[in-house]
Amino acid sequence: MSLQTDSGPSTKGKKDMTVAAEKQGGGVLAFVKKQAQQSLAFGTLIILVVFFSIASPAFLTWPNISGVLLATAVIGILALGTTFVIITGGIDLSIGTGMTLAAVMTGVFIVNIGLPVWLGVLGGVLTGGLMGFVNGVNIAFLRLPPFIATLAMMLIAQGLSLIISGVRPIYFSGIADDFKLIALGTLIPGLPNAVLITIVAALIAFVVLGKTILGRYTFSIGSNEEATRLSGVNTRRWKVMIYTFAGLFTGVAGVVIASRLDSAQPQLGVGYELQAIAAVIIGGTSLLGGRGSILGTVIGALIMSVVINGLRIMSIQTEWQNVVVGIVILIAVYFDTLRNRASA
Amino acid sequence: MKYGRKLAFAAITVAALSVAACSSGDTSGGTSDGSGSGDQPYIALVSKGFQHQFWQAVKQGAEEKAAELGVTVTFDGPASETEVDAQLQMLQTAIDKKPIAIGYASLDPKACIPLYDAAKAAGIPIVEFDAPCDSDYSQNLSATDSKVAGALAAEHMADLIGGSGEVAIVGHSQINSTGVERRDGFVDKIEADYPDIKIVDIQYGDGDHLKSADIAKAMIAAHPNLKGLYGTNEGSAIGVVNAATELGLEPGKLTIIGFDSGAAQINAIKSGLMAGAITQDPIGIGKSVVEAAFKASKGEKLDKFTDTGSFWYDSTNIDDPKIAAVLYQ
Repeated sequence: MSLQTDSGPSTKGKKDMTVAAEKQGGGVLAFVKKQAQQSLAFGTLIILVVFFSIASPAFLTWPNISGVLLATAVIGILALGTTFVIITGGIDLSIGTGMTLAAVMTGVFIVNIGLPVWLGVLGGVLTGGLMGFVNGVNIAFLRLPPFIATLAMMLIAQGLSLIISGVRPIYFSGIADDFKLIALGTLIPGLPNAVLITIVAALIAFVVLGKTILGRYTFSIGSNEEATRLSGVNTRRWKVMIYTFAGLFTGVAGVVIASRLDSAQPQLGVGYELQAIAAVIIGGTSLLGGRGSILGTVIGALIMSVVINGLRIMSIQTEWQNVVVGIVILIAVYFDTLRNRASA
Repeated sequence: MKYGRKLAFAAITVAALSVAACSSGDTSGGTSDGSGSGDQPYIALVSKGFQHQFWQAVKQGAEEKAAELGVTVTFDGPASETEVDAQLQMLQTAIDKKPIAIGYASLDPKACIPLYDAAKAAGIPIVEFDAPCDSDYSQNLSATDSKVAGALAAEHMADLIGGSGEVAIVGHSQINSTGVERRDGFVDKIEADYPDIKIVDIQYGDGDHLKSADIAKAMIAAHPNLKGLYGTNEGSAIGVVNAATELGLEPGKLTIIGFDSGAAQINAIKSGLMAGAITQDPIGIGKSVVEAAFKASKGEKLDKFTDTGSFWYDSTNIDDPKIAAVLYQ
């Protein structure tokens, strides 16, 4: 099933040859090659889980597993949206503070304005979409480099979160007591809803990336934007749509974090974008664009939270935790470049 | 077409700049209508931050005192408490604008020394709040003695868990002085007076609610016999409370001790999720630093240290007027 996600329509000249090779029965080899990064990531995940289970009996207990999954939710949802952006060859640095702005707006809608919860949640999600839309316009129509456009948006979102909230947290308890159930309720006993939301978001991302025209153009723009444009695709408009779509995930993450903390904390969010981007890269999506998968991103996000949780359970010093996470990222990206070299 | 795009870009730039201008006016300009105008005497406060409610409470106290004394204050601080260089720039700017005095809360005790020399050369007195700089030039420090506060937390923890068992700490910083001293005050007290209490783990969540919650959950999983958790600032403490809630622990099963106040922490104490917390007097710190700065500008001699105090509060005394006065929502 992951084969389809991994193979966007390539506009490179090699495409025909590859297709031919696959038809001639080289399918298995091509499949293995294509899956190399994901298998590596998946293998890494398994090894980590085995290692931490041996290192600490507390690791493989249901409360802890559920904790790891919950800890994956926010970063995971951010990473899902960013996967699209990165596959186009872009980057989005505004997702961390953008998530915070979405959380604050959710708070404003529900607590300050008094809208019903579902409408406030919708407003929060759309706030994320709006930021994505502005990013998309700045990048596609004003031709700003994605790094700069989203860096600016990161600062704007951070500032606006503080201004709008008056530099104080917005609390939902007392006004919308069931708001926290969005993330912490348990439709499935023992499993927080935030995890379910993440799974649903991942399925949606998976289908959109693999089965829809938006997904196909995401790959196509990332592989060769000029060729895509010359073949008659309005790449600018599609880029705006891709960024907007990715922004919706930022909005969902904002609602989830606000619900989990039962408050919108306006000073959070800085640094979350880098964790999400790291998860995407570990999952085998190329920073150069044109290649990536949702399954990979999910595994990448899980690797990040398993490593951090495992090190915490082993009582490793916080300073060393950062070092280890950094090394994990280096190794993952190194294998990625190795694979690129092999396929070149 | 091309021209139009340039125009659009210019428009957006202007819009972005005006947003930036508004934001700096709203968040860091404080009450100062005449910030930098030079007509009216003003005191420049350079804080460690402005986003946490603690700093907002300091700012409130500073503004109240300033109104009383008939001066204006500006209140500036970096976006996060790790941005030592950004804070130094703010101090430099403050010196350049020649206020009658500067109040400074140092993020790093060494990096500020050259700027203190510059202020001395410019004849601007400096007083300090919350955390000092390693320089003799400062005339006064208004702060909580954080080690005493940490020890106070340790005493209450020991009482609440019956003098023996495993406890752990979720810290907010292993670098800045409040993080270090609140931890050390706690650790030293436990080691000195309570041989049967074992501190099994100390980790740092940067005061981030989410990170602190995940850390606390990992600690609880790794140490099933854990009896108490101490969070060294508001974000850390709320993280610990959230962890206990998410794990569905019965209130009181784990003794949670927090630091500072804020609505969430006050609610947690009222509902019994948190045993109690240490509070400083941030409004008092703000008042004290402005008063000291005002006196310093008049050339009055000041004591080197003003301990603004720390207090234990729990469900029994939370409504006591003396405690209620130092808590902030």
